[in-house]
Amino acid sequence: MSSNTELPTHYVAPVKDAAVTVDAVKVDEKPASLWGDAWRDLRKRPLFWLSCAIVFVILLMALFPTLFTQVPPNNNCMLSNSNAGPAPGHPLGFTFQGCDIWSRIVWGTRTSVSVGVLATLIGSVIGLVMGALAGFYGGWLDSVLSRIGDIFFAIPYILAAVVVMSVFSNYRNVFTLALAIGGFAWASTARVVRAEILRVRQADFVMASQALGLSRFRTLLNHVIPNAIAPLLVVSTLALAAAIVAEATLAFLGVGLGSDVMSWGADISNAQQSLRTAPMALIWPSIALTVTVLAFILLGELIRDALDPRARARR
Amino acid sequence: MSGTVSTPLLSIRGLKVAFDTQNGSREVLHGVDLDIFPGETVAIVGESGSGKSTTASAIVNLLPGTGHVTEGSITLDGRELTSLTRSQMERLRGRDIGYVPQDPMSNLNPVWSIGFQVKEAVRANGIAQGRKAVHARAVEVLQQAGLKDADKRIHQYPHQFSGGMRQRALIGIGLAADPKLLIADEPTSALDVTVQRVILDHMADLTREKGTSVLLITHDLGLAAERASRLIVMQHGEIVEAGPSREILQNPQHPYTQRLVAAAPSIASQRIQARVEETQQVETSDDLALIPPAIRVVDLVKDYKIRQGGFKSIPFRAVDKVTFDIPKGKTLALVGESGSGKSTVAKMVLKLEEPTAGSIEVDGRDVAKISGREAFALRRKMQPVFQDPYGSLDPLRNIGNTIAEPLNIHRVGDAASRRARVRELLDQVSLPQDLATRYPNELSGGQRQRVAIARALALKPDIVVLDEAVSALDVLVQDQILQLLAELQSELDLTYLFITHDLAVVRVVADAVCVMERGKVVEQGSVDEIFANPAQEYTKRLLDAIPGASIPLGSGR
Repeated sequence: MSSNTELPTHYVAPVKDAAVTVDAVKVDEKPASLWGDAWRDLRKRPLFWLSCAIVFVILLMALFPTLFTQVPPNNNCMLSNSNAGPAPGHPLGFTFQGCDIWSRIVWGTRTSVSVGVLATLIGSVIGLVMGALAGFYGGWLDSVLSRIGDIFFAIPYILAAVVVMSVFSNYRNVFTLALAIGGFAWASTARVVRAEILRVRQADFVMASQALGLSRFRTLLNHVIPNAIAPLLVVSTLALAAAIVAEATLAFLGVGLGSDVMSWGADISNAQQSLRTAPMALIWPSIALTVTVLAFILLGELIRDALDPRARARR
Repeated sequence: MSGTVSTPLLSIRGLKVAFDTQNGSREVLHGVDLDIFPGETVAIVGESGSGKSTTASAIVNLLPGTGHVTEGSITLDGRELTSLTRSQMERLRGRDIGYVPQDPMSNLNPVWSIGFQVKEAVRANGIAQGRKAVHARAVEVLQQAGLKDADKRIHQYPHQFSGGMRQRALIGIGLAADPKLLIADEPTSALDVTVQRVILDHMADLTREKGTSVLLITHDLGLAAERASRLIVMQHGEIVEAGPSREILQNPQHPYTQRLVAAAPSIASQRIQARVEETQQVETSDDLALIPPAIRVVDLVKDYKIRQGGFKSIPFRAVDKVTFDIPKGKTLALVGESGSGKSTVAKMVLKLEEPTAGSIEVDGRDVAKISGREAFALRRKMQPVFQDPYGSLDPLRNIGNTIAEPLNIHRVGDAASRRARVRELLDQVSLPQDLATRYPNELSGGQRQRVAIARALALKPDIVVLDEAVSALDVLVQDQILQLLAELQSELDLTYLFITHDLAVVRVVADAVCVMERGKVVEQGSVDEIFANPAQEYTKRLLDAIPGASIPLGSGR
């Protein structure tokens, strides 16, 4: 149509459907929810499946190391093999002490992952409780809890964990290590949770629940926290990666678990003395560490994007 | 059509716009034709999702996200706009086409002063050069927009301006370069009616003086008819009817327009009567006084402390000695502009806020002083429905659990009887029972509001507090919900406390009305009395400000 055609003075569109139904319910549409939409989005993304596969293999290694290697990690070390290259049955070669690197990496997974998961769990729970109480109740409780959080935020958690592990040198086990890391790393989680709780608290459904007679605390548990949990999940996957790194750092510094406990950090630490002659003894556990951390970070970021409808729209 | 001008300023032919989604391209405008002649004001009216805003943003090529024009032409003064490059379009925006956005709260950058933002527009459009000239022009622009002490206020920041002032500043920015066409996208929807009227009057004066054409986007049929010479009614991305405003309002041709006109509440409308055999037509406040009150509010006061920084705080009286009765089975509307204290009253009645002084009697008992178990029992009698249908339902709960929540909290019946009650409630609010397993984000605003009403009715309350319960809904949906509320009222003998800013809605739902201004009740009485004979200046202003009040509607109720 050319632009100079004149429009009628009073135009009425042809009637398509005489009985206009207002606000009809689309019963045949697929049920959707925040998590359902996120799952539908994630399911289509190859990177999600890749990181899931890596995480799955890592977990399998942690639970059943014998599936991956038949070589015992410690009591099979022979100094004659010191810093030797790959050999049949020993795909990655040997450490300075003549131990099989692949076997040590496989057996070390359990320590790294269990410290990571436990520390994250401890940090997330403390962060969730502190953040939720501060954000929901506000007032003086918020002031007190937020200041406590600020204090913990100011202490580098590696430093704090070093101190804790040195003081409790007689009780070095996975749990104390996780406690030392998680007990000092919750402040940023608490901040994220508090901010999210503050947002959800404004919603009318929170007021509606209270008008129905639900107590403040039950409202927090039933309605506010479930709606604020998504960012916590994302922060947690990132924290998991950080905790694995922290364990390695502490082991490297010599304040990790005992020398008889296999962990990637300890191996990296031990391998540094022969870095120039046998770099592979350091590089292989470092790669294991990097791949694990990357897999968790990637997973966290993908979940965050999937839970955020705006991020979904950008792609 | 005005005058003898025969060449349109803006001409749109066969405009189609599509958005790219994960499931391919989705067309949202299916061929829109419209002309705007020089100096003319044209309004596009439609519900949310009808494509009215998309049409406006397509003209200035500011379509959100992945939206793009797929077909058709847009010409301004004979110049094709759809094929312009980005920099050509940037030159055009502001200079030839001014734009006034919807939300004055978010469309000014809070970290820059108003003056900075006006000067930015002045400089970008090349109207003035040099510091002094730009400053002078910015002051002039703001003065024209109706900010009297513009030279002083130019250094203030957006948070120091009220909503109306900000919208004036935005209109000033939109008109800074004397554009030929001004696009105003719901320019006053976020403002109070009285402010809306002043702003629109001013905008009309300005554009008339300068001979600017205006494309007004609005959901309000009355407002559109009052302000525009021609109306374009859109639905589902198509124009259903277009023509002279009065003609469309008085003699709508298309069934959709007819329904729209019929559903638009105005002061000429009648009270929705669900019970046809209504024994006694409520007319005066004396009649209402005969019915025993369900709620009696006496001298209610609420003071807030406003923090002044540090430990200092000054008291602020949000609600000042408010007194009213609601007769059993009737509706009292609490009307006022934002900040009048009407919602605070509602919260105190619901016991979500503690009153500073005064009493609230429900069935003869003062609920302001009760606590614990008694307050819990009171919740069964009194339930709220809130404004925002998107915020009042927990997005992680399905509809069935949402409606069953009050039953669970108050331990009413067993699991099977609760499920039966949920089905019954869904029937009552005319929603299919299958909806019980669905989640709120699948529902439209009106459907969510039905769910909120079902939840409020679950405990068989006597009183329902409706806090702006229909304000966020489109006209047709609003009309349906108001009908539903009227039916439920007569069926269940409910008493409503209806909080609203919209006097036109009051006309169709309420029996009695209570007008609030700055925390005080300035006038109260029966709806018929107040609408026929407002005693207070403030009430008269509110009534006059209802858009389209002067235009008789064609097929009224």
